[in-house]
Amino acid sequence: MSAPILECRGVTMRFGGLVAIDGADLAVETGEITGLIGPNGAGKTTLFTVISGFQRPSAGRVLFEGTDVTALPAHRRAAAGIARTFQIVQPFAGLDVRENITVGAYLRHAARTEALAHAEAVAERVGLGPMLDRPAAALTIAGRKRLELARALATEPRLLLLDEVLAGLNPSEIRDMIPVIRRIRDEGVTILIVEHVMQAVMQLCDRVHVLAQGRMIAAGRPAEIAADPGVIEAYLGHGAAARMRAHGVAPSEAAVPAAAGGADA
Amino acid sequence: MTRLAIRRLACGPWLSLAAAALLLAVLPALFASSAALNFLGFVMVIALAALGWNLLAGYGGQFSFGHAAFFGMGAYAMALLQVRLGLNPWLALPVAVALGGLTGLATGFLSFRAGLRGSYFALVTLAFAEVFRILANAMAFTGGAAGVLVPLRIGAAQFQFADKATFYWVALGFVIAAMALTRLVERSRFGAQLVAVRENEEAARALGVDTVRVKLKAITLSGAVTAAAGCLYAQKSLYLDANIAFGPWISVEALLAPIIGGLGTVFGPLAGTFLLLGLGEGTKTLLATLTGSAVPGADLVLFGALLILAVAFAPRGIMGVVAGAAARIGGAR
Repeated sequence: MSAPILECRGVTMRFGGLVAIDGADLAVETGEITGLIGPNGAGKTTLFTVISGFQRPSAGRVLFEGTDVTALPAHRRAAAGIARTFQIVQPFAGLDVRENITVGAYLRHAARTEALAHAEAVAERVGLGPMLDRPAAALTIAGRKRLELARALATEPRLLLLDEVLAGLNPSEIRDMIPVIRRIRDEGVTILIVEHVMQAVMQLCDRVHVLAQGRMIAAGRPAEIAADPGVIEAYLGHGAAARMRAHGVAPSEAAVPAAAGGADA
Repeated sequence: MTRLAIRRLACGPWLSLAAAALLLAVLPALFASSAALNFLGFVMVIALAALGWNLLAGYGGQFSFGHAAFFGMGAYAMALLQVRLGLNPWLALPVAVALGGLTGLATGFLSFRAGLRGSYFALVTLAFAEVFRILANAMAFTGGAAGVLVPLRIGAAQFQFADKATFYWVALGFVIAAMALTRLVERSRFGAQLVAVRENEEAARALGVDTVRVKLKAITLSGAVTAAAGCLYAQKSLYLDANIAFGPWISVEALLAPIIGGLGTVFGPLAGTFLLLGLGEGTKTLLATLTGSAVPGADLVLFGALLILAVAFAPRGIMGVVAGAAARIGGAR
């Protein structure tokens, strides 16, 4: 296997006395969809802000394609090939969909006509083609999530960080979105995804990392993770795994609905 | 979309600018009185300052309260380079404009790198303008409180025009150039990034926009354009003092005109200046005839009322009202 596209080594993030992330290690393999899950307040979004360069970690290193990018500011990481979406969507509300995506496209296309053409192509890829002239503020939640995705994709990243792009969507919207994400991976973009919708994590991810109270407690294939007693306890509380075994519940069935309902802190 | 339609869309933004330039160029033929020409010339000077302010605030969302710093820097540099160093005004002009840009860059460097935003940035710019005003008022080099007189040497080579219409046309040239610059910015990568910074700085950074650099570029351009307005002012009145060149009045007019005309639009600053100064002059004249004497400050009261009206009823200014009306007419068909 080739070297991982992204590596976090011992990343620690302290806010005053609070340790949000405690020596987290993470590796994202090139060409895969890697999931990052964990209970509310586990530090997932904080880890994302560290990987995307919006915050410097208190300790530890972030390596992208083998290069240490820990000191690189956010805009330089975008230029290096790391794009992110925001959990709370951040559209340029005063602009239309086309203009929103074009800002991302301008990163690698200096000429206006090229940037506009690229933005339109990206919009088609995520299903925003018919909405190019709509004001961003007029989009539905599902539309705004797609816009976040389109803007990030327009920067032509090699690594895409998706922070809960499915949160707030209804089941049919989630079903529509899953193939879009999978197609992006198939086109050669490596994806790291923070997600609470377990059905999507199970379907999409090649590998899953579990963060609980700032520590990485497990990593592996989705099915292994769903059966991991440590993970079940992190979600359902101490002793839950043992009680479930006693009652003859398959752990993967129990973990799914419990985790799916959460909204991140 | 057909190729022709694309061509037409691409030309439209420039066509409207050319049409406006033609229309404005024939105004002296319609309003030939000395007072009217004087007024038109003054409108051009303020519109140019407002166009400078609009580049930074209208497109970049960085609201400056102290564009007097750039206006005054341009005006004083223009006057002093002639009076103290004997430079020809046409040579003094680019130097003064560059100094205005540098003043902008320095102001931006100190405030944007410190992460100042919103009202904090506005206050810092106000402070800068006031510092310049006090310095210009105190230093011997600038003529102190007595100000500077540019010696009267009428002639195109001396950038002094006996004919008020000629000054108007020259100033109009500057205004059209600044509007074309605004249009260019609007249609460039830099412009898109600037607007992204205005709309959401975090999201802009995530898309690879170096927000500090973009803001520095904008404030440099903005300072240079507003300094050019100062240069015109110096050549128009041939007299400056600190309260004129660095006074809060110009900071206020440079920001009121685009807000009333339409923030972040090419035509907003000019439309706003015409309305603002037109109503201001009208009120002053009306009150003077009614009461038999001038009522100082009446125009400022009116400006305040206009600002409140614009913010409450036309947040996108005159251009927003025009666009809304055009959409309604188009929709009714």
